Parts: sequence; C-alpha cells; structure tokens
Amino acid sequence: MSAALPTVHGNGCDAPVLKERGQREVFCGLTGILWLHRKMQDAFFLIVGSRTCAHLMQSAAGVMIFAEPRFGTAVMEEKDLAGMAVMDEELDRVVARLLERRPEIRTVFLVGSCPSEVIKLDLHRAAERLEERADGVRFIHYSGSGIETTFTQGEDSCLRALVPRLPEAPSGHANLLVVGTLADVVEEQLLRLFRELGVGPVDFLPGRTAEALPPVGPDTRVLAAQPWVNDTLRALTGRGATLLPAPFPLGAEGTTEWIRAAARAWDVSDDRVDQVVAPARARARRALDRYREALEGRSIFFFPDSQLEIPLARFLSREMGMRLVEVGTPHLDADHMTEELKLLPAEIRLAEGQDVERQLDRCREAGPDLTVCGMGLANPLEAEGLRTKWSIELVFTPIQGFEQAGDLAELFHRPLDRAQRLKV
Amino acid sequence: MKLTVWTYEGPPHVGAMRVATGLEDVHYVLHAPQGDTYADLLFTMIERRDHRPPVTYTTFQARDLGGDTAELVVNSVRDAYERFRPSALLVGASCTAELIQDNPGGLAESLGLPVPVVPLELPSYQRKENWGAGETLYQLVRHLAGPRAPERGWSRPPRPEGKAPSCNILGPTALGFRHRDDVQEIRRLLERMGIEVRTVAPLGATAAQIAGIGEADFNVVLYPEIADSAARWLERTFQQPRTSVIPIGVGATRDFVAEVAELAGVDPTPGLDALETRLPWWSRSVDSTYLTGKRVFIFGDATHAVAAARVAREEMGFEVVGLGTYSREFAREVRDAAKTYGLEPLISDDHLEVEKAIAEAAPELVLGTQMERHIAKRLGIFCAVISAPVHVQDFPARYAPQMGPEGANVLFDTWIHPLVMGLEEHLLGLFQDDFEFGDGAVPSHRHNEHSAAPDAPAPAPETETAVATAPAPTPGQASTDGATRWTREAEAELKRIPFFVRGKARKNTESFARDRGIDEIGVDTLYEAKAWFGSR
Repeated sequence: MSAALPTVHGNGCDAPVLKERGQREVFCGLTGILWLHRKMQDAFFLIVGSRTCAHLMQSAAGVMIFAEPRFGTAVMEEKDLAGMAVMDEELDRVVARLLERRPEIRTVFLVGSCPSEVIKLDLHRAAERLEERADGVRFIHYSGSGIETTFTQGEDSCLRALVPRLPEAPSGHANLLVVGTLADVVEEQLLRLFRELGVGPVDFLPGRTAEALPPVGPDTRVLAAQPWVNDTLRALTGRGATLLPAPFPLGAEGTTEWIRAAARAWDVSDDRVDQVVAPARARARRALDRYREALEGRSIFFFPDSQLEIPLARFLSREMGMRLVEVGTPHLDADHMTEELKLLPAEIRLAEGQDVERQLDRCREAGPDLTVCGMGLANPLEAEGLRTKWSIELVFTPIQGFEQAGDLAELFHRPLDRAQRLKV
Repeated sequence: MKLTVWTYEGPPHVGAMRVATGLEDVHYVLHAPQGDTYADLLFTMIERRDHRPPVTYTTFQARDLGGDTAELVVNSVRDAYERFRPSALLVGASCTAELIQDNPGGLAESLGLPVPVVPLELPSYQRKENWGAGETLYQLVRHLAGPRAPERGWSRPPRPEGKAPSCNILGPTALGFRHRDDVQEIRRLLERMGIEVRTVAPLGATAAQIAGIGEADFNVVLYPEIADSAARWLERTFQQPRTSVIPIGVGATRDFVAEVAELAGVDPTPGLDALETRLPWWSRSVDSTYLTGKRVFIFGDATHAVAAARVAREEMGFEVVGLGTYSREFAREVRDAAKTYGLEPLISDDHLEVEKAIAEAAPELVLGTQMERHIAKRLGIFCAVISAPVHVQDFPARYAPQMGPEGANVLFDTWIHPLVMGLEEHLLGLFQDDFEFGDGAVPSHRHNEHSAAPDAPAPAPETETAVATAPAPTPGQASTDGATRWTREAEAELKRIPFFVRGKARKNTESFARDRGIDEIGVDTLYEAKAWFGSR
C-alpha cells in the first residue's frame, strides 16, 4: 500500500456468482432487534412468535444481559393458532401488560416471525388497530421471520417499515440521510467531518429514538452506512430522495470514498475532501500499518452472515493485502453493491446463499489462514485446525470510519496472534 | 399467548437436539426454516463442543411454502443419510414446520433407508425442552430396543451365579447441567459396588447400545425430567427396575447406595465406604456455625430444586424459605417436598413471578438457575447456580459434579463461597463505621469498579462483564404500604446493619410497625422488631 492511496478503482469483480441453495447456517432477521432495541431507546420490539423465537433471542445475546431488554416475545400457544379473533384479544392483553410495565415506551414494533407468517397473522392490521386505541403510542409492523429475512435483513425490514412515517421534507430542504445503525461514537466522528466539509444537515436512520424521525423529500440525499439496508433505500428513493452510490465506510479508503460521495453532492471539491480527511486518514493508515505485516498475503474465507462480507473483503484485500479465497454473502443486491464490486480483485469466488455442507467441503479443501464464520461453525473448525473469526462480532463492534479502521484490522489479526502465542 | 422476555426452557426440538448430540452415531433431520440453526451455537459456544451437533435443517423459505416443502424434507433426509451414514435417524419438525404439516417423520420412513428411522412428534405450542428430550429418548429406546422386547408374561431370570450385576445410566444429555461430571462420579461409585455399567444414554451411547439396553439388570435414572418415560417403558417391557433416589448431597447419596444395593442384590458396605466426602466435617467445623439458619430460596428444575432443599436443610443447616420449579411436568414432586418445609411451592416459568417471590421472601442466599443469579444480583442477594438453564460458566474446565461424594464437596464450596465468611461477618458487625465497610466501598480486590448503589451493592462475586443497568428494585426500599415513615435516626441506624441482612431488617421492622399501628419508625422500633423477630 503506497502512502498516497489513489481513489482509483480496482479491476472489478465480474466473475460469475456461485448461487447455492441448501442448509443455511445463519440467524433470522429477529436477531437485528439485539442492536435496534439499544439504538432506539423509546421503542419496544414485541415479537409475535413461538418459544423458539424467545429462545433464539436469549441465546443469540450470548450472555443474558439482564438490564431488562426492550424486547420480548408474545409466545403463541395451542389456542392462539385457532384464529385471528382469539389472537386479537390475546395481543391486546399482552400489549396492555407491556405498556403498564413500561410506560415510557412510545413506539411498539410488532415483529412478525416464521410461525406468525405461516399462519398468515395480519399483524399490519393488528398494529393499526392497536394504534387507534392506544393513547399516543405508535405501533409499527415488520417481519423478521427466517422465511423472509436473513440476520441483518431484519434491520432493513424494520427501517423500511418506518419510511412511510418519515415526515415530508419540503423541496429545497437538502439533508443528508445516513441509513443503517452505527455506533453512537461513529456517528459523532462522521458528523464532525461532514460539518467541516459543510455537508448537512445530517440525519441518521435509525435515530436515537424511534419518535424523532428524520424528514425525507425531493432534495434528500441518501448514503448507506450498512450494506443491508437495500429495501429501505428503494423505499426512500420512492419518496423522491436521491441515492448516493459509494463504497461502505470500512477502512481508510472506504471511509474516504464514502465521505467523498456525500461531499460531491454538496459540491465540495475532491481536493477539499482530501484536505479535511487527511489527519484522520493518516491516523487510520498508521493504525493499519501495525497489522499489515501479520495479515499481508494471508488467505481468508468468508462464510455468509451479515452482508458485510463483500465490503470487508474489499478492505482486507486492498488495504491489508489479504488473499480472498471465497467471499460468501447471504444475499447479493447488485444494485447497491456496485461500488464495492468494482474494487474487488477480478479472480475471486463470490458465493450467494448457502449449502453449508458443500461450503465446508470447499473451505477444508482450501485450508485458508483465516475463516470468518458464525458461532455454530467456529469451534468445530478451530478443532479441525483452522483459525476462525466469528462474524457476529463484526456486527456488534464499532468498525466504521477512520478512527475504527485499526480496530477492524485488529479483529482479524487477533485469532492469528492468539494462535502464535498459545503453546498448549 | 404469553409475554416472555427470558425463558427457562427452549422449544421441544432443542431437547431432541440435546439427545441427538449426546449420542454417538445418530443424526437428526429437522424440518425448520432458516434461522433455527441458531440452536447449534448452544452446543458449540456454551458447551464448547468441538463438533457441530449432528443436525440437518431443511431450511425452507417463504418462496418454498407455495411449492413442495415435502420434497425438501425427502432430499434433506437422503442427503443427510448419504453424507453422515448414521446408524439411526431422528426426523421431526420445529415449531414453524409443525404448522405446515408435511409429516417429515412419515416421509422419511417411506424412503426405505437401511437404518431405523424414528419419527418425532414434539408439539411446540404445548411442550418445552425437557419434555422434548424425554420424549425423544423414549421414542428412540422404543424404536431401537422394541424389536428385542420379550413376550408378554416373560420374567427376568435370576442372575447366573458369579455374574456381576449390571445397570444402565439414563438421562444425561449434551448441554446438561454438570451431566458430564455426574456420569463419571456415579459410574465410579457403581463400579466400587461391583456393578457393571452397560450403557449410559443418551450421552455417549451408540444406536447399537440403545438396541441392547434391555440386557442390563436395572436402570439408574439420574435426571427424571429426561429419562422418566424411557425408564417406565423399560420397566414394563424388560422388567428392568429403576432407581428413584437422586444422589445429590451426602444423605441422598447414602440412600442411593442403599437403593442400588437392593436392586443389584449386593452388599451396600463397599458403596458406603466409598463415600469419602468432606462435606459433613466442613459443615460441622466451627467456622461454619455462621451458616446456621441462613434463609435460602431455591428454584430450578424439579430434580435439582428438591435435592438442593434437602442438602440445604440437613447438610448446611440453612432454613429453606422458598422452593419452586419451572418444570410443570414434575410439579407434584416439588409440591410434596414443599409441604415438608411448610412452604407454598412456586410452580412458574415466568421469571418476573420468581423475582417477585424472591423479593418477598428476602432470603440471604438464592440457589437457582442463571435467571435467579441475575435476579439475585439485582436484589443484592448472594446466589449460587444449581440447575439448568445453562450458561457458559456452567461448563467449567475442572471436574465439578453435583452428584455423589465429590458432588457434595462441590455443593459445599459453591454454595458457601458467595457468602461472606464467618469471621468477616463478625468484623463487619463490630466495626460498621469503618469507611471501607461503607455502602459505597467496593471490596479492595475490585477497587477499579464503580461503587455500588446504596442498599444494593452487588456483593456476589461476578465474573461476567455485562452489568445490569436497570435500577435494582430493592425489597422494601420504601415502606411497602407507604403509610409508615422512617425517622432520620432510624434510617441511619438501618444503614449500619450489614447490607446483606438490611433488606430483611427493613422488611421485618415495617411489618412489625404495621401490625402495631406504628406510623413512625424510630430507632426503638427497629430494635423492638429485632428482638421480636429474633425470638421466633
């Protein structure tokens, strides 16, 4: 990596995508609630589902964090399967108990699950009915079911459901809308850079409350902070907003280009962007230098998980010099991944969807230096002698922006470092 | 419909997974949507297993629902058989697949595979994890051992002269609370008694062993929640008697040895001699005097809760002030036990109800599950974990059984460890005004942490990093009826009482005042209440 990393594009990956169907070792969209309920502090996520849903939420949380969470499951029982009339009554009772316990809740998300979708529970209508009756509490329905959503797509589904509720921004109100949950600290850092560039006003979706929704209108420019907000982006352009194509803000290069995409829309010159981001970018590079020697030339294999795989692969290949063996993604939305795909090396294997047994066969055969995979696979692969990085940590850690670039590289370095240290 | 934040048990198919994962060569095909694979991580992360559970998920999606999900089942069963070559297949549905009624078990049976196929019907909207494990073990035993069942009217011939008596150990599964070590401990004990252990099931058993399970003379049932149905069927079918005593604690282990000796027709003496446990002396030594009458609240699965109550009263000298279980299937056992302690049993799987009951009982120690550990932490009460649901901490690297002689040692250590030790407690009583004993002070080895909130320091040793941020609903923070008022002096005096008994002192004083129509609690009221309660 030269010091003056140019803003040029790579060869671009146009290799055919390996599309697979089979057993998927991924979470369903309900899991998004784990971070959404912490982000939106006035919202409660009520899953209408089964004991399995409740058990998933508890298990996926890793440790049971006993600060009473702002989510829960209305667990359906035998009698609830009978029909909607019974269900309405039951739901009313559950919601009443919930609001009595948590009077500070202003928005309740009624979250559909696999069983509620299969028995075709009309939670949309239920939400309308509940909202009419509740005093000033909003009820919004979306589905996080595994039959429709994979892991991070649950957030997309949630944000998509908010779009019709966003206030109308009048023509001439040119705001930048950043879409996809970011850690609060990352938001603050990015805001400072935008402010210095004169880009703004800047709004975030989701915001820190579900009540204060950002406006959207014909002069709104939308920038995706996360790769999984595809349907939300479509709904926003449907409301007249303009989408700014950019790579995602991962690594020094990704963050620069992401900021540049916004700056250009505000007619800020490229020179000015380079000048404003220079100190932070230099810091990021220094942080990355520390890990480059350990990562350069090492091979990496991505199992599908969060849709972060392609941007991460781009970062690791271009900024850390890692070799990409296979990059699996649960879902490839070519429309919104164009800028990333341009930056990938030409000869890599991209895989969409999953047949976990066959993918494990390929992984074992390739014997990569590092395998990024879910928690169900990591220990078994470690026991087989592969070094792994569990992917959920990449979703639960602030990794975006210049100041986190080093942390991001460190996440990939740590398993290798650990393997070096251990003599047992 | 039931509003649930945390659950004590998973769905029944997770119970089936615990059985399948415990077995050596049985594969489970689960008709389930994308996302249900989360259950794998229970085994690979919480239990740190180095293999994936032997489970294939059909992974249907919304777009499959209009089409042929049945074909997906057929292909998954075929592929799983080809790839894993198991000796037997379990086939069933998770909650969502149950609704689409594809009958995966029937489909799999019709494939004519060269191994036994055991269809599982686990009603997800009525039943839970332990029931699912029990039903799976029962179905497996019936299907595999059933073909070898003797004819009606057969009776077990007497054991040939010179042949050692033999038994099976039933109940331990993958992801079981200390099952790994309990099995080792009880096996050793049985072998000391000259009894051959034939099959341990499901943990570590092969399909062939299950098929021959009827050959042993009797069954040792360690976890009735899981093994009871299978043991009953074996008793009926193979005339195999089974044990009923759960060897947790010294007294129960002695009773267990006597029961086993009777079933096996052997002399109990070698078994009783093998009970080298330190618990009795550790409990009798004077340092343990301070444990006398400590108020303890017990909650867990039925087996562990009932066993813990006996140990608490007879072997630690505690007073049992609460006893309950989330296992509705075994509620009767807990009700019977509660009666002997003069308690109203708490049968509930709602952790909020359990929290309320604990707050009301104001115990000094909670013996519970990971849920109660969190509840106790919020209430500022010490806690030790005695039962599933499990947490990564319940799979220690060291040998730590709950059962048998070594199990008794482990109980003593883990229950006593969270409590303030005897002399420490006296020093706290003598020098309450030492600034380092104050409410804001944190134990010296934890001085980097935030000081705790008044009335609710987190005293239990905590290794977990997640910290509860919700305000702790301290019992009796305000007087419960709102009518009685504390004078400033009385409040200050209350603060001098060590935090771990303060909740009880406040509660007792308020109820004392209320009963006597006193609406202002002064220092005298506090001590009058102390004298009154101290004498009962």
